[in-house]
Amino acid sequence: MSPVLSLRGTTKRFGDHTALDAVDLDVAEGEVVVVIGPSGSGKSTLVRCVHQLESVDGGGMYLDGELLGYSEHRGALRPLTPRGTAAQRRRVGMVFQQFNLFPHFSALRNVSEAPRRVHGRTAGEAEREATALLDRVGLGDRLHHYPRQLSGGQQQRVAIARALATRPRILLFDEPTSALDPELVEEVLGVLRGLARDGLTMVVVTHEMAFAREVADRVVFMEAGRIVETGPPAQIFGSPRSERLHSFLSRHTREVPA
Amino acid sequence: MTVTAPPTTTGPGTHDVADARPRFRPWRWVATAVLALVAAQILTFLVTNERFGWDVVAAHLFAPSVLAGLGTTVLLAVLAMLIGSVLGGLLAAAQLSGFGPLRWAATTYVGVFRGIPPLVQLIFWFNLAYLLPEISIGIPFGGPDLVSWNANDLITPLTAGVIGLSLVESAYLAEIIRAGVLGVDQGQREAASAMGFTPLQTFFRIVLPQAMRVIIPPSGSQFISVLKGTALVSVIAMNDLLHSVQVIYNQTYEIVPMLLVACIWYLTVVTLLTIGQRRLERRFARGHVRTAPTGGAS
Repeated sequence: MSPVLSLRGTTKRFGDHTALDAVDLDVAEGEVVVVIGPSGSGKSTLVRCVHQLESVDGGGMYLDGELLGYSEHRGALRPLTPRGTAAQRRRVGMVFQQFNLFPHFSALRNVSEAPRRVHGRTAGEAEREATALLDRVGLGDRLHHYPRQLSGGQQQRVAIARALATRPRILLFDEPTSALDPELVEEVLGVLRGLARDGLTMVVVTHEMAFAREVADRVVFMEAGRIVETGPPAQIFGSPRSERLHSFLSRHTREVPA
Repeated sequence: MTVTAPPTTTGPGTHDVADARPRFRPWRWVATAVLALVAAQILTFLVTNERFGWDVVAAHLFAPSVLAGLGTTVLLAVLAMLIGSVLGGLLAAAQLSGFGPLRWAATTYVGVFRGIPPLVQLIFWFNLAYLLPEISIGIPFGGPDLVSWNANDLITPLTAGVIGLSLVESAYLAEIIRAGVLGVDQGQREAASAMGFTPLQTFFRIVLPQAMRVIIPPSGSQFISVLKGTALVSVIAMNDLLHSVQVIYNQTYEIVPMLLVACIWYLTVVTLLTIGQRRLERRFARGHVRTAPTGGAS
């Protein structure tokens, strides 16, 4: 089966700094790919580029075989209009480190707004679906709370429900637990486990090694903008081949015992 | 237990701060006395000085010409605020645009119309006919005219007043709106575009409602200052509130009582505006209070 997401030679530079250096990656339908690596290795940039929050400087990214961000016109590639970009983004869901919930909307409206405004559902339909989604992340009793009235873990679960509401082909998580108090991390990871079990296609950038080991179908280790090593969790955590992955893991597994 | 111990007793367990009395603050008593004295003095002055002519004030407060002037003042302020808001919004968008020439044009506009005193601008617009005897819409640089007007017919005191005040307002409001939009976290825009919102949807559904919280208080002050600024149009012979009382006191020489009539009306309208502003502020504060919604458990 052809992959949901394909990256071919994807390159991103910030000035002189190369954040992504010709990255190749395929994500298959239903696959959970967990991206690990030190700070500044380009993991966040990777998902931000796939979501077109950053423009890329080279290579191509494909969603279900369709080139992201550009279209071919008389043999030359031209950037898509904002409308065209928005249409592609609707097929990709994103969960941010800082949640980025809309503070002036209730939890219910945060989740139902996009289906209503972007996907043309009726208000009743959108709210029914949003209620079901908030139930699924364990927040059925917090529908009318505003983000500021919720804990960090609850906010992030609303954000996950919001990302699911547009029924994306693939869900991207940009360090979803990094802004949370330690005791709230588990409630968010629990939701992620549930989504993985349900067969959603996901790319998760995280520092939670235990989670990566448990949930990932495939782990990608990045450093300095490159994918250094990739493989099933047992191989990545059990017998790392590269010296750099080895030293990264020895630094991180001290904090997170297996 | 030493329950009966005097309060001078020291040592752990001998005190309970729940029984503490408020701190004695003598300067507050002094300040209250001084303020009361000043207030009494002002009140006495207002009541006993016959030159205020309160009977004249009462006689003219609801005079038809004064009420007509008040109507003109409010109309002018509302028009200037409406046109100024729309123009100001567009200017703010232009200033935030990634397209250089548009940004520079908007910045120049704001600089010019904020930099010239409104009184000078009003007189300038009133005398536009000198510069442009005929105003026409047509093909630029010598092409045929499609529509044209005589500037002297078009530029009445009303149009000059509305144009002048609107342009000044738009420059100030552009700055206020720009600051409000910049105050909204970048993550909000990213989240909105992540949901597949188009740039226009993102602006009107996500960014602007949040920016309104920051935009409303200074816009309220701005509305109040444009209302007071309408007094300037009396110099171009427009029948606003100030002009209407001037017409009366030029005949009766009751200058102070008639100015009091104007003051009372200005203060009344400004007070109403302030109340409206507070209501709007509460409306846009949605989601910015930490208390749980009514009926919900927290």
